[in-house]
Amino acid sequence: MTGRPVLSVRDLRVSIGSRPIVRGISFDVDAGETVGVVGESGSGKSMTVLSATGLFRAAGAQVTGSSALLGTELVGASRRTLRAVHGDRVGFVFQDPATSLNPLLTIEQQLVEGPRTHRGLTPRAARRRALELLEAVGIREPERRLAAYPHQLSGGQKQRVMIAIAIACDPTLLVADEPTTALDVTTQAQIIDLVAATQERTGMAVVWISHDLGVIGQVADRVSVLQHGEAVEQAGVHEVFDAPRHEYTRTLLAARPVLGRDQRRPIAPDADRVLSVADLDVRFRVASPGGRHTVRAVSGVSFEVRRGETLGIVGESGSGKSTVANALTGLARVNAGRVTLRDADVLAATGARARGIRRSLAMVFQDPFSALDPRMRVEAAIAEPLVEHRLVADGAARTRRVRELLELVALPAEFAARYPHELSGGQRQRVCIARALACEPELVIFDESTASLDVSIQARVIELLIELQERLGTAYLFIGHDLAVVERMSHRIAVMRNGEIVESAPSAELYRSPRTDYTRRLIAAIPPERPA
Amino acid sequence: MTMTARTPTLRFVASRLLYTAVVLLGVLVVVFALIHLVPGDPVRIALGTRYSPETYQALRHASGLDRPIAAQFLSYLGGAVTGDLGVSFRNGQPVTLILLDRLPATLSLAGVGVVIALVIALPLGTLAALREGRAVDGAIRVVSQFGVSVPDFWIGMLLITLFSAVLGLLPSSGYVPIVEDPVQWLRRVTLPALTIGLVAGSIMTRYVRAAVIDVASSGYVRTAESKGLGRAVVVGRHIGRNALVPVLTITGIQLATMLGGVIVVEVVFAWPGLGRLMYDSVASRDYPVIQGAVLMIAALFLAINLIVDILYSVIDPRIRLS
Repeated sequence: MTGRPVLSVRDLRVSIGSRPIVRGISFDVDAGETVGVVGESGSGKSMTVLSATGLFRAAGAQVTGSSALLGTELVGASRRTLRAVHGDRVGFVFQDPATSLNPLLTIEQQLVEGPRTHRGLTPRAARRRALELLEAVGIREPERRLAAYPHQLSGGQKQRVMIAIAIACDPTLLVADEPTTALDVTTQAQIIDLVAATQERTGMAVVWISHDLGVIGQVADRVSVLQHGEAVEQAGVHEVFDAPRHEYTRTLLAARPVLGRDQRRPIAPDADRVLSVADLDVRFRVASPGGRHTVRAVSGVSFEVRRGETLGIVGESGSGKSTVANALTGLARVNAGRVTLRDADVLAATGARARGIRRSLAMVFQDPFSALDPRMRVEAAIAEPLVEHRLVADGAARTRRVRELLELVALPAEFAARYPHELSGGQRQRVCIARALACEPELVIFDESTASLDVSIQARVIELLIELQERLGTAYLFIGHDLAVVERMSHRIAVMRNGEIVESAPSAELYRSPRTDYTRRLIAAIPPERPA
Repeated sequence: MTMTARTPTLRFVASRLLYTAVVLLGVLVVVFALIHLVPGDPVRIALGTRYSPETYQALRHASGLDRPIAAQFLSYLGGAVTGDLGVSFRNGQPVTLILLDRLPATLSLAGVGVVIALVIALPLGTLAALREGRAVDGAIRVVSQFGVSVPDFWIGMLLITLFSAVLGLLPSSGYVPIVEDPVQWLRRVTLPALTIGLVAGSIMTRYVRAAVIDVASSGYVRTAESKGLGRAVVVGRHIGRNALVPVLTITGIQLATMLGGVIVVEVVFAWPGLGRLMYDSVASRDYPVIQGAVLMIAALFLAINLIVDILYSVIDPRIRLS
């Protein structure tokens, strides 16, 4: 750390209309170092950094304070000044690589724009630079990839291209706004390594924004913890993890699921079998440049779930884990296999028998925002399955049952009269859980049900689910990509890859002695509990 | 373009062509059925009140209506493929000739109309979107709402009053083929085309505005801004091309409407187009002409759809390559 900081932010404030969002934040970023900005949704972390770098623009937004990039003031700077800085001295990488690249332009067209604008490169020189950049970010066959369109690349490759775009003009500062949140854990690890290697080579400063303390612990030298638009704690990364001073930092650290920390005791060996799946096969017909062909989304998958037990299914995107859930609930057509719930054949059932099965098999989805009808009050949403299956005699019984269910998921009774938009994300997911439990199902399928929640809320929802299971004896099928979360929830875990279960074991055993390389890689890719 | 990129494009075009052919066949079936579904005897209706049984039989035989229905359809199909759509009940002229006579007028009106609509909608819609919530946006929205709300013939009458009656600049009606006299053609097509162009332009302005607002808030536009690109590049290259896809859809729909559905405007301007022909034929129950006009308008619709689909694939590699 020599000389003046690359970015120096002082008393930065952002308000939209009369609502203050960022309330006076100051921090410095030195050359060659990474500053982590961590916080939950609504903490103002992205807005802080994007305002400080002049990229945040919104109707009615006011930014005050100061943010200097090597002496150039960026707060209140003219568009011309900002345009000269963006893409040249400051590069940006955003959260979702799927939407961050222009779908209509080739990778080359998108890579050369920056260098051509800021460096005035000729088309030939720009193309050479684009090739160099693709090689630098580890894209194989860069020549061929230059002519590709974004939809022809995987998520990880797209994010590599985004990084190539960001570093195209050798910036002094890289802003990484949740760059790994939309990626699988193994891809996340690669992206983290790539940014670190680039930083090593170029000496650029990095501001890394994330909701995930694990990632921040891995990448950052210094950390700012944001809550409600204020930096409640700013310290070196080791200090933050080992001796957190602020209560909120401690909450965040405690809420973080850590692999191998809390494991559930195995259930009684004589517990009744609730669900049994044998040789499940699901195929899709897909169109591709080479014509139509069949993809085996799930092949030969077998497992059992017993009363009071959680079976976790973990896997990366495209592993087929959600297809298993869809096959069980009839959302995906099954090509072969047997699914038995208690004694009933799930796949063969029709009419009243199928309705009975539907009643004992509930599902909670990932996104609590789209899973509730915005025009339906909470009471109506929870009561819908009760009414559908004629489980309540009259309005009074219905109200009573809804109140019971709300109490079960630790929501106040007056929430019955509210609409979804009046609830937070965590509260909505509780409503979805109450709705799933309304018909006293034998089995509840959770498909990434805690993935979109903030860590502190996720921790509370997980505790709630465990407590409910211990009280009601419901069997869970818990599907997720985050091994730490799945481990916390599950008695046993099945690891899926390319539509098959590659390994299945009790949670503690899977973590302590994984049998396949794939599982070992998955475990190794998870950010360590403490910074190195 | 390399071979790998060209082959999927060809396959895409081939599949759209096949689809178009199938739909056209369906249209033929419906059009053929029309004459058998209408209440009453078309021949009797065509002949009026006073005719001899011989005339009746002769016309019935000439129209082929005395043959089995399957045979009738096959010969209708065969005729349609070879360009023979029968003869008009009213004046005995071949339907194909009547249609071809009207086609240039309809194409002139729709072609100029859609150009006017685009000239209005593209800049105004984009401007409104880029100044969303400001005074310019408000003004454009109010004016376009007005254009959407008032009936087209009223705008037509207003234009006639202003440009023909008061200013005396342009003729108020009639059509001159472009090959005969391009200047007169332009003078005469201007007012009716302006009428339908203003209405379609108002509708399209709203679509362009919505499309640009939608695209401008997308992640890749933020990426483009984060590269420090100039405003013109961000708007033209990143926003414009992406907003073009939905704009193309509405342009196709508006153009199709102009080809078959602007009867009132054609009446106001005494414009000898297909819509007007259809209106007159319905009034005189000239079934072969109605059939032919419906078939022609349907074929034009399908042609526009085909062109729009192909343009999609030109703009969007995801359609071209999947």
